[in-house]
Amino acid sequence: MLIKRADDLESSEITPELLYFNRRDFIRAAAAAGVGVASALVFPELSSAEDRWPKGKKGPYDTDEEVNTLKEITSYNNFYEFGVDKSDPAANAGRFQPKPWSVRIEGEVKKPATYNLEDLLKPSKLEDRIYRMRCVEGWSMVVPWRGFPLADLIKRVEPTSKAKYVTFETLYRPEQMPGQKERYLRWPYLEGLRLDEAMNPLALLVTGLYGKDLPNQNGAPFRLVVPWKYGFKGIKSIVKIRFTDKEPQTTWMLAGPDEYGFYSNVNPDVDHPRWSQKTERRIGEFFKRKTLPFNGYGDYVASMYSGMDLRKNF
Amino acid sequence: MTRSQWQIGLLKTAVFVLSLTPLGYLLWLAATGDLSANPIKTITEETGIWTLRFIVVTLSITPLRKMFGWSKLARFRRMFGLFAFFYGFLHFTTYVYLDQFFAFDEMLKDIAKRPFITVGFTAFLLMIPLALTSPNRVVRWMGGKRWQRLHRIVYAVAICGVIHYLWLVKADTSRPLRYGAVIAALLLFRVWDYLRSKGVWRRLRPGQRPAVSQEFNSTQP
Repeated sequence: MLIKRADDLESSEITPELLYFNRRDFIRAAAAAGVGVASALVFPELSSAEDRWPKGKKGPYDTDEEVNTLKEITSYNNFYEFGVDKSDPAANAGRFQPKPWSVRIEGEVKKPATYNLEDLLKPSKLEDRIYRMRCVEGWSMVVPWRGFPLADLIKRVEPTSKAKYVTFETLYRPEQMPGQKERYLRWPYLEGLRLDEAMNPLALLVTGLYGKDLPNQNGAPFRLVVPWKYGFKGIKSIVKIRFTDKEPQTTWMLAGPDEYGFYSNVNPDVDHPRWSQKTERRIGEFFKRKTLPFNGYGDYVASMYSGMDLRKNF
Repeated sequence: MTRSQWQIGLLKTAVFVLSLTPLGYLLWLAATGDLSANPIKTITEETGIWTLRFIVVTLSITPLRKMFGWSKLARFRRMFGLFAFFYGFLHFTTYVYLDQFFAFDEMLKDIAKRPFITVGFTAFLLMIPLALTSPNRVVRWMGGKRWQRLHRIVYAVAICGVIHYLWLVKADTSRPLRYGAVIAALLLFRVWDYLRSKGVWRRLRPGQRPAVSQEFNSTQP
């Protein structure tokens, strides 16, 4: 068989793509024909029009990717306080009472106090932000959150010079959070950030989504969203914020120290010990996507970790 | 055809249809758009758990038969075993087609690098010879002894299946451990039964008559 160099070829001489398919391509193509069938079966609602939060970049931190539907965001949740299945939070969070709510601020701050949530929110202007959310399990969503920068709150309560870390604690109320009656995680749920991470403009304290108050299953009434980290860092239903000089232990670090690190930045190059983090399935899509370093927020956050070995500090 | 044969035939049809209901339920959820926001994961989990359930049912037949003398149960064992393979095949196909979409290089890496996939894939491979040797003609051709020896592989399949489940859950291991406990009990019954058939207990307790009946020398694993 004569193999011509590409520049010897007239475009008319190029074998049409269909004829040129080798066997492997053929298998893929045949399967691709099946994608239509499979995705019609698997995603029947794609064809129906839905009320979706308008796509499009309004602020510098927004993504202009297609936003997930309210139903997807509120029916597919990891919130172990209400059970381990994705459908459990929506099914079991109905009895949860997010009002009244108070948040205790303590530790290395000049103004430790217990605040009513309303008072805590009053000085801040709420804004809508469309963020990507990447779960450590390998799926992702795009969510229009409503909240204000964590940095606003931190400045207000004035951390002392000893404050290096911020820890967060979820409410412990087993009579309304049935998952807390089980022992698969240590309750109450704990999370933490380094102070500079907490001050990053992307770190958001969230009180709503889709322009409305947070549904119970999404962490009502008050939660954290740190979009460059795996979703479990976004602690829900926060009742305590403590400033410390030492790196805190978090619930997932206690559950699996070699699987979940303190930083837990989204990183396609550092696999979870049991599964790959290279790709993710965006909820509502058939094909997997490549996972981006820092979940695509590297421009805003990568400098905080310069000089750090991200394999060690996973 | 005797009356009892006719009854078994009817019962077999009923069990067959019943065994298809998990698949029917999945298809119904798919048609109504209720497979959750992550349908591929739901299909993977459902087909996986039904594989394990059918393995448990298959492994229960012999203990139930021997403990309660329900000898007719043996006639259903092959069907349950083949349904375990059927759901295992759907589970594997879901992974290859819907989840990975024929990315063979990625799948090979998964099988080599991810212990839970390695052990799950092993379980699936081990089920293939069992399914292939299930027709009566093959059993006759192989001879009972050899067939029985081959089909002891199902014990390894069950153990691999539980490990596969255990290694993939994030925090709550209670469900895989429950399956593990049931399968451990079913396997321990066989150890106990084997020792009994060898008269080990009799030797440990002299003076008692052996409780070994014809059944314990049968060719059923």
